[in-house]
Amino acid sequence: MVEAAIFQGLSWNPVTDLRELFTYPFMVNALEAGTIVAVMAGVTGWFMVLRRQTFAGHTLSVIAFPGAAAASLAGVPLAVGYFGFCGLGALALAGIAGSRRSLSAESAAIGSLQALALALGFLFVSLYHGVLNGVDSLLFGTFLGITSGQVAVLLVVATAAVSLVAIAARPLFFASVDAEVARAGGVPVRLLGFGFLLVLGLSVAETSQITGALLVFALLVTPAATAHQLTPRPLLGIALSISLALAVTWLGLALAYFSIYPVGFYITSLSFGVYVLVRGGRALRSRRRATAGLALEAA
Amino acid sequence: MFAHEFMRNALIAGSFVGLACGLVGYFVVLRAQVFAGDALSHVAFTGALAAAVLGLNILAGLFAATILGGIVMGILGDKARADDVTIGTLFAWTLGLGVLFLSIFTTQRSAGNGTAGVRVLFGSIFGLSTANVRLSVVLAVLACALLLAIARPLLFASLDIAVAEAQGVPVRALGLGFLALVGLVAAEATQAVGALLLLGLLAAPAGAAHRLTTRPYRGLALSVLFSVGSIWIGLALAYVFPTLPPSSMIIAAAVGVYALVLAATLRDPRTGWFRLASGNVA
Repeated sequence: MVEAAIFQGLSWNPVTDLRELFTYPFMVNALEAGTIVAVMAGVTGWFMVLRRQTFAGHTLSVIAFPGAAAASLAGVPLAVGYFGFCGLGALALAGIAGSRRSLSAESAAIGSLQALALALGFLFVSLYHGVLNGVDSLLFGTFLGITSGQVAVLLVVATAAVSLVAIAARPLFFASVDAEVARAGGVPVRLLGFGFLLVLGLSVAETSQITGALLVFALLVTPAATAHQLTPRPLLGIALSISLALAVTWLGLALAYFSIYPVGFYITSLSFGVYVLVRGGRALRSRRRATAGLALEAA
Repeated sequence: MFAHEFMRNALIAGSFVGLACGLVGYFVVLRAQVFAGDALSHVAFTGALAAAVLGLNILAGLFAATILGGIVMGILGDKARADDVTIGTLFAWTLGLGVLFLSIFTTQRSAGNGTAGVRVLFGSIFGLSTANVRLSVVLAVLACALLLAIARPLLFASLDIAVAEAQGVPVRALGLGFLALVGLVAAEATQAVGALLLLGLLAAPAGAAHRLTTRPYRGLALSVLFSVGSIWIGLALAYVFPTLPPSSMIIAAAVGVYALVLAATLRDPRTGWFRLASGNVA
């Protein structure tokens, strides 16, 4: 009976259920937007994990929140706030990364930037009276209220972001794996780093309009981290990262449609579940290999 | 300003929270574990809401979740320093759980409690009761005492982990214990500035102190001074201008101090101009 309470309207017949998913325009929009977002997050997230910029990525996604809050306070379209703040954030983060200070100084600077962003966001929301309940949707998103106009904009931004990464993919990969050698080989490492942060900011700004500022990060980091666990090969890894992001987004949306719980919960839990399985499998395999090696040695 | 009880409560609790955050933050920055602090802040959010949904004491849930979160991160990491990707994956999921609890909580008691999530996220220092204040003073003193007790070996282990290990310092246990301590302080700070903003109190004052001096005890003192000072400035600002939320003002003050210190220390000795400054962009 618990199932009946949690999953409403599920007939347990896959064909009818699938058909129902595509009946309503809002759901079709959500699925389209989710697909675009997943592809974009899968690509940029893979490079983010490769470059060990998870903290910077999380800070960028958090910066989307004051952007949206400032935009609603100023009465301009939300997208202006998202893009403006994420662009500024990318600039600041590139400055922090570019100043080549120690790891601890860098993390302190990023942390301060993130806290400032959140403090500003909360300030704007408090100044903009009466939307305190709106905070939840700015932070956690409204996957189910997307217009077809938003989907079109999303498609344009995603195409731009993914093609930028695709154009710069080779040197970016080189610079991420071994910055010193790449610099010696004439690759503009700093410029690439800055450009990558801008693209990351762009995709975060676009994604957070739909998933909310706090959940973008889940789509960016978890599928990419899983892909990196599975293979070190770049093309295969990116493909894996995209497919994982797509799978969890589709499944998460479908589950959220039929249940009373939020989509963010399903997407994060599904992707985390896959990550745990993959890591566990890898740990098990390497242990088995180690014992096999020991047995060989003993023989 | 001191005539109001809520203001006195806020000042007392805030000062002790600042003390604990300044001390622990110094080591968090030294060990480059600010991201772990970031993760703990999300764990705090989820823990508090989980307790609220289950009908337990929110404070108990908060402390249990963050201390446990610190220990888990310590176990996952190599040499009790979790790597960023693992932490990131873990807290992305924690956040998803938090959203679930938030939705259950808001549908459960739709009347009047819709802002519970916001309160946990951004704190409510002006709403502390005298009992809350007493508890936060006791816990802050406890956290500071624990930290000072392990300060010397922890410093050693943070600066040169290989040598410390060779000298017989229990590096792993120290790292674990330290993360649990960060969890305690994170829960403590959540009451004052909220789960999302506590990172600022851990990172900004300590970051400023690290830029000013490399000597540990002087740095610890500076870090405490900055964090307690920014709490006072923030509270005073929020008192004078009631539309401004206190937690935002506290963080703004802390980051302001950090930016000032950065600007003062970033001057290029040759030209006298600022180099491409990272902090004053913020």
